[in-house]
Amino acid sequence: MTTTEPADEPADTEPGDTPPAVAVDGLTKTFTGPPQLTALHPCTFTIGAGEFVAVTGPSGSGKTTLLSLLGLLDVPTAGSYLLAGDDVANLSDNERAAVRAHHIGFVFQAFHLIGHRSVTDNVELGLLYQGTSRAERLELAHQAIDHVGLTSRADARCSQLSGGEKQRVAIARTLVRRPTLVLCDEPTGNLDSATADTVLDQLHQLHHAGLTIMVITHDPGVAAQAGRNLTIHDGHLTEGPAR
Amino acid sequence: MTRQPAVLHWRDTFREAAATITQRPLRTLLTALGTILGVGAFVATNILADTANAQVSSRFDALKATEVRIQDANPDGTNPFPTDTSARLETLNGIEHAGLYYTIPDNGNLQPRTTPTHPTNLAANIPVIAADPGAVQAAIPTLTTGRLYDTFHNDRAERVAIIGRAAATQLGITRVDNQPAIFIGDTAYTLVGILDDVKRNPDLLLAVTIPTTAAVRDFPVAGANYQVLIATTAGAAQLAGHQAPIALRPDQPQRLQALVPPDPTTLRNQISSDITSLFLALSTLALLIGTIAIANATLLNIIERRSEIGLRRALGARRAHIRRQITTETALTGTTAALLGTSLAITTCAIYTHTRGWTLTINPTTLIIAPIIGLTTGTIAGLLPAIRAARTPPADTLRT
Repeated sequence: MTTTEPADEPADTEPGDTPPAVAVDGLTKTFTGPPQLTALHPCTFTIGAGEFVAVTGPSGSGKTTLLSLLGLLDVPTAGSYLLAGDDVANLSDNERAAVRAHHIGFVFQAFHLIGHRSVTDNVELGLLYQGTSRAERLELAHQAIDHVGLTSRADARCSQLSGGEKQRVAIARTLVRRPTLVLCDEPTGNLDSATADTVLDQLHQLHHAGLTIMVITHDPGVAAQAGRNLTIHDGHLTEGPAR
Repeated sequence: MTRQPAVLHWRDTFREAAATITQRPLRTLLTALGTILGVGAFVATNILADTANAQVSSRFDALKATEVRIQDANPDGTNPFPTDTSARLETLNGIEHAGLYYTIPDNGNLQPRTTPTHPTNLAANIPVIAADPGAVQAAIPTLTTGRLYDTFHNDRAERVAIIGRAAATQLGITRVDNQPAIFIGDTAYTLVGILDDVKRNPDLLLAVTIPTTAAVRDFPVAGANYQVLIATTAGAAQLAGHQAPIALRPDQPQRLQALVPPDPTTLRNQISSDITSLFLALSTLALLIGTIAIANATLLNIIERRSEIGLRRALGARRAHIRRQITTETALTGTTAALLGTSLAITTCAIYTHTRGWTLTINPTTLIIAPIIGLTTGTIAGLLPAIRAARTPPADTLRT
């Protein structure tokens, strides 16, 4: 996988040519208590390469658990998970770290930036564990920062940025990695509506660049902008928007 | 999907660690305070011990450590030393002055005095010492007036004498420019100098001293307590004590016994050991406290940084990468603290020794060991926090 400047047009994907970005079958997560709790009941779905999918559901319904499983931050209790055709459900801790380093990007509601470091440092961090040289990291980071319109703030500390700027830094950090799958957890949750629109626009640009995006959100407006909706309720995943 | 491992280069580890510990310099300084004090105390202890050793050496060696005496191991009343004792010894390396000396046995006939007649009311008998010029010079004399006799006088067995200040007072002699005579037995000796003080052989101050050649010619000397006094250069006493008996009596070196001062190095080591052991114990305690302080502060720090650690894991960091980064942070903190502590100790010791008028002595080994101690304690302090940080479950830390 290479990290390059994203194209302006959406990727031209043919369902028959490439495996789905995500294919899960019977994916389950049960927390052994006490009390024992099944946060995600067996679910089966696929997300095609280059799709923009929104997952909606009330608090505590299992959205974040699903994101953790798809992001290989947690291990499923049962089921299979193919990421771009590769079985990643039963990998070792180091193997999961390697897949995360090269193939999965995250955008969080709380941004999760390192406040005392500069914008460039934070974006560069996205490539740190890929073994990329520092010179190349800096070059790609500057391209990504330019892409999200923060060139003038490249040397600013992240703690000095506004909420919208922070989220754009987080998007740049993901963009620079050029991941197979981008997982967004309430990316506009901490933003006002005008700033949220800017961030959503950035996510659309990632989508248009050919990245597969899954957004977890409470916001029906955000969900409506996705090409496809999934709904989760009490750990049960269903196709279609929330009713 | 291609499978490539997650990689973190060492230079990136150092860069990330340095960025972390410099973000809050004051906190890092306070975290490292124990190590700064511990290493500082260690370095200061060693510097002061080295400096004090040098000081002890310079004062101790000046007199006692440069004095050697050779005596007859089995006194039988005969002189075991050759007539050219001074010449033999003063050619040896490290010997400055040397010569034979002894008190001439007196059965009451010598009676040093200023008149030819033998008075009957002398308060106390003044002893007569026979000494080679080298032996007199080895005593490091200073003169009130006049001069010392020399090898010319000794070789010609001239009847010349020097007298100690106390003996001169007793005989009422205050000057030598009028060439006063001292009668020893029935022989007149010309007094050439009055001794004001000697650093060795204080009995010279209470006696009349004459050349050994003149003594042998003029008086019966059998049964005297023959000795050789040697003044050496600093550090040469041990060698001189070993070589002198062989040089004087190559046929029978065991006949002579060398009395040398204790090896100053051994004595110095004993003194420094006593001084430093207490301070080293205190530095070890301070270092232990410093290590615990770093470990404790780092444990609290990683709780604050759970989100960052979770993020790094989400971005592909392996547990080992997290462990390595945290340990590198504490190792850098420890090393920096050690360098600060070393600088502080050197500055303090320089000021202290300057005020005491001592010469600052620094063993380079101390300067090499100090940062290694900081590195080691920092690394040890980071182990537990690093293990804890690596166990942080990323999914939990990233929940909003």
